[in-house]
Amino acid sequence: MGVVSIACPVCGGGVEVPDDSLPGELFECGECGARLEFFADDKGAKSLRVAEEVAEDWGQ
Amino acid sequence: MRVGLAYDVVRFEEKSLIQAANNLGHTVKPIHVVDREFWLNEPNGYDTDFIVQRCVSLSRALATTTIFERMNCVVVNSLDVLRNSADKLITSCLLAKNNIPTPVTAVAFKKETALSIARKMGYPVVVKPVSGSWGRMIARAFDEQSLADILELRENMPNPQMKVHYLQEHVDKPERDIRAFYVWGDVPVAIYRVSKNWKTNTALGGRAHPCAVTDELRDLVVKTGDALGGGVLGVDILESPEKGLLVNEVNGVVEFRNTVLVTGYDLASKIIADTAKAIRR
Repeated sequence: MGVVSIACPVCGGGVEVPDDSLPGELFECGECGARLEFFADDKGAKSLRVAEEVAEDWGQ
Repeated sequence: MRVGLAYDVVRFEEKSLIQAANNLGHTVKPIHVVDREFWLNEPNGYDTDFIVQRCVSLSRALATTTIFERMNCVVVNSLDVLRNSADKLITSCLLAKNNIPTPVTAVAFKKETALSIARKMGYPVVVKPVSGSWGRMIARAFDEQSLADILELRENMPNPQMKVHYLQEHVDKPERDIRAFYVWGDVPVAIYRVSKNWKTNTALGGRAHPCAVTDELRDLVVKTGDALGGGVLGVDILESPEKGLLVNEVNGVVEFRNTVLVTGYDLASKIIADTAKAIRR
């Protein structure tokens, strides 16, 4: 299993993401501590975005 | 079989279910619902034998299950089961209708009526929102003044659901409750959730310990799961010193990471294998 480095959208630091990651998978930036979510666009380009906050309707 | 997995956030559970389905020889189609467009008048674009609903957001779980079922997809859990478990009032009514022991429960729509219920029920009482998880917004009142304060806070919240006052007797449990798993009529595994906090949710720091599935526990969990409509459920049970086992809540998109960690039981494989079997029937 390989790993790719993707830029953190908050601080620009590199975040290592396994190449079999699923959209919605969560990561933490080792440099700034931001909670990030992996996603791929329609063309398959991989990136990270700031993860959603836990909402009132989360959990079971 | 072709197995869909509808999700918003990937947790241990979603990864385990995908791995289990792959290991069992199924073809898995992860459906990340957050980034998708759902056109309700279009034909079915989800070519699956069944879809496992795993959205952590209840609103998304209910919405996408509704959409998938509209597209004639089989969803586990179904919309009925999801609703029956997500709304504590519906759960309580179904349990009561089926003579399943629960804490004494009553509902009121204004403060004065709720206070009247509490006087009859006896303090302490527990006030819960009718939907919600991880122990959020659940309060315990030891006397009339503290209950009045809690109800006033609730009645001043903008969410109209907070004006539905769901009250339960407080069960003096032994610093733990039981989370048992119902999988298509079977009860393969259970844990204790141990905590000094009266709310034993693992999300609030409750520690998981293995719990033996006794005949009594199995019977109660099977009756509960059947009453809610079957599928895959987490059943939370309180041990009352006076009344024995009481069903407290039921979860329709159940988390099981801590259960697997302390018991070693492969719940993901059990869920996929038994769901495939149930769908084939």
